[in-house]
Amino acid sequence: MEGIAGTRARLVWAINLSVIALVLLWTVPTFGLLVSSFRDKDQLAVSGWWTSLTASEQSGFVRTAAPVEAQRNEGGEWVIDGTLLPEGGGRITGFGTSSRSPDAFAPGAAAELRDGGMLRVAEDGSYRITAAAPFEATRGIRIFYTAVEPPRFTTDNYREVLTSEGMGRAFLNTFTVTIPATIIPILIAAFAAYALAWMEFPGRALLIAAVVGLLVVPLQVAFIPLLRLHNEIGIGKGYLGIWLAHTGFGLPLAIFLLRNYIAGLPREIIESARVDGATDFEIFRRIILPLSFPALASFAIFQFLWVWNDLLVAKVFLGAGDNQMVMTGRIVELLGSRGGNWEILTASAFISILVPLIVFFAMQKYLVRGLLAGSVKGG
Amino acid sequence: MEQIAYASLTIVIGVGGCVAYFLTSNLALDALFPPRGPHAGANINRANAIRPWLFLFPAIFMLGLYLLYPAVYSGILSLMDSGGETFVGLDNYAFLARDAKFQESLRNNLLWLVVVPAAATLFGLLAAALTDRLKWGATAQSLIFMPMAISFVGAAVIWKFIYDYRGEGQEQIGVLNALWVALGGEPQAWVTIPFWNNFFLMAILIWIQTGFAMVILSAALKGIPEETIEAAIIDGATPLQVFLKIKVPQIWGTIAVVWTTITVLVLKIFDIVFAMTNGQWGTQVLANYMYDWMFRGTPDFGRGSAIVMVIVALVIPIMIWNIRNARKEMR
Repeated sequence: MEGIAGTRARLVWAINLSVIALVLLWTVPTFGLLVSSFRDKDQLAVSGWWTSLTASEQSGFVRTAAPVEAQRNEGGEWVIDGTLLPEGGGRITGFGTSSRSPDAFAPGAAAELRDGGMLRVAEDGSYRITAAAPFEATRGIRIFYTAVEPPRFTTDNYREVLTSEGMGRAFLNTFTVTIPATIIPILIAAFAAYALAWMEFPGRALLIAAVVGLLVVPLQVAFIPLLRLHNEIGIGKGYLGIWLAHTGFGLPLAIFLLRNYIAGLPREIIESARVDGATDFEIFRRIILPLSFPALASFAIFQFLWVWNDLLVAKVFLGAGDNQMVMTGRIVELLGSRGGNWEILTASAFISILVPLIVFFAMQKYLVRGLLAGSVKGG
Repeated sequence: MEQIAYASLTIVIGVGGCVAYFLTSNLALDALFPPRGPHAGANINRANAIRPWLFLFPAIFMLGLYLLYPAVYSGILSLMDSGGETFVGLDNYAFLARDAKFQESLRNNLLWLVVVPAAATLFGLLAAALTDRLKWGATAQSLIFMPMAISFVGAAVIWKFIYDYRGEGQEQIGVLNALWVALGGEPQAWVTIPFWNNFFLMAILIWIQTGFAMVILSAALKGIPEETIEAAIIDGATPLQVFLKIKVPQIWGTIAVVWTTITVLVLKIFDIVFAMTNGQWGTQVLANYMYDWMFRGTPDFGRGSAIVMVIVALVIPIMIWNIRNARKEMR
């Protein structure tokens, strides 16, 4: 099929380039988030992440300590000195004494201050203010500067969101919600799937149709009735309620996936076990469960990703306190309250997507298999 | 830590409880109808008639209590007043029919419904076709598939960062505005531009769902019999003709499945709108509007439930189509 010789080489090129373009389009957004989350917050606020590997120009000001206290007498001259830039932090390209002209003077030049005294700033950021008479001001003198700063990367953003922004606690809460909500439906669904696949009883076809129908029922129908139910039986809002809710919501997919898989197991194995006198319970435990591992893994990944990433069910069935707030809920809150603080948002978002990404890349095989079983065969 | 212990305990009780239930119920059944003795045959038959229901009971119970019963209950609530106390007939639906915000939500949902499944399926088909015979195709696929693992909220942050807006003259830190300015445009606050902002939100879902479409369509493409393709090439078909006239027609069924799956997802779309705009600037959708009525300010269960029922009504055709397909499959 690799016919049409002349155009083939060009075609291969075109295909490779288009795939590269697609891959870039689909990965760059996430990559930008990752890079930004490690950038210094002052640099992040003023330059795009794609410039983060090159030096950036920044303007700022430093206020010196109160002159009356900071000054010292050096050979009859009053002196205040210090540095404008953090250690190893770039190069001054200009400085000034008012916010309107932060680069009025070149490094090394002398600028006259309004209250008397001369200001000198060297290229490395060190400054020196000298005057013949002692300083009397109690407020610090502001020095404006423009500097070229090397890129700064830091893990401070992560430290901040994990502690003071509550993402650490939220991470724990998400874990608490996810693990039971992933494990409990599997067992319930596996038994039901076996019954629907290999046991004869009236109403079986109807039940399977019902499961397929329930697959697409919008979860929204369940909120008010279930909240009322939970309140009446005393569960209220909390972890037990959300575990039960996720179990119920996850069951249609679990039963559907597992039934498809289990129904496809070879008939001979099950029949010969029956002939040997094994009960259905034994067949299920000794044959079905071990053979169904791939399908169980597929569903487990689906449910894990779905519960971990869920926002709506958590907002409805959990309280809004720190001890129950999950990561998605916390991030939505931060989007409202810290909308402009991209160092907080990017770091929080990355913490929340890290575990799903690890699960995704480690177990992709099972995820794909589950998708195929769920969509291509059934409906 | 206390919480982790609580969760672990629940897993143990949940899993242990399930195992104990299945074990004891089956043992009890065997004890009640022992498969030996004078009535062995009759007993086995009776036990076999009951056993499936033992296996199914927990699942049926949970499905009934957590999906079926609430669906019926919500239907009833949609005919009641805000507190769910008095019967008001179709008043809530009549209110929605006149409500401008509801019309906006419905219009936006329909817009999503047309654009997102089409775009995601198209991009997915394109990606599947292009990576099909590529040496590094598997790697490319896995990278395009990756957003699937990212939550809608995480994706909202990623894209809000891309759409970030700074006033004119300032350096843009959002990719889109930086490109736009580099091309000579004026910086725009993308998510606040009425009507078009809907498309900026849709882009997020398309970005997430393309990988799903690609994976399934890629498998379908691989399943096409080689002979049909070879025959077409011998007859002188160009690669594009082979794709459009030989391959695509053979995977229509799968394309339809992908399309409907994404459609169902779109009908329920909530997180992206909630996190990006919360329905402001003309981006409201049904699920978010329902959330407003149910949980914000003074809750109105009647109107909220009526909106849910509208979503259910939109889903039902797909539900019927799925059930019919599944039954065909089983025969």
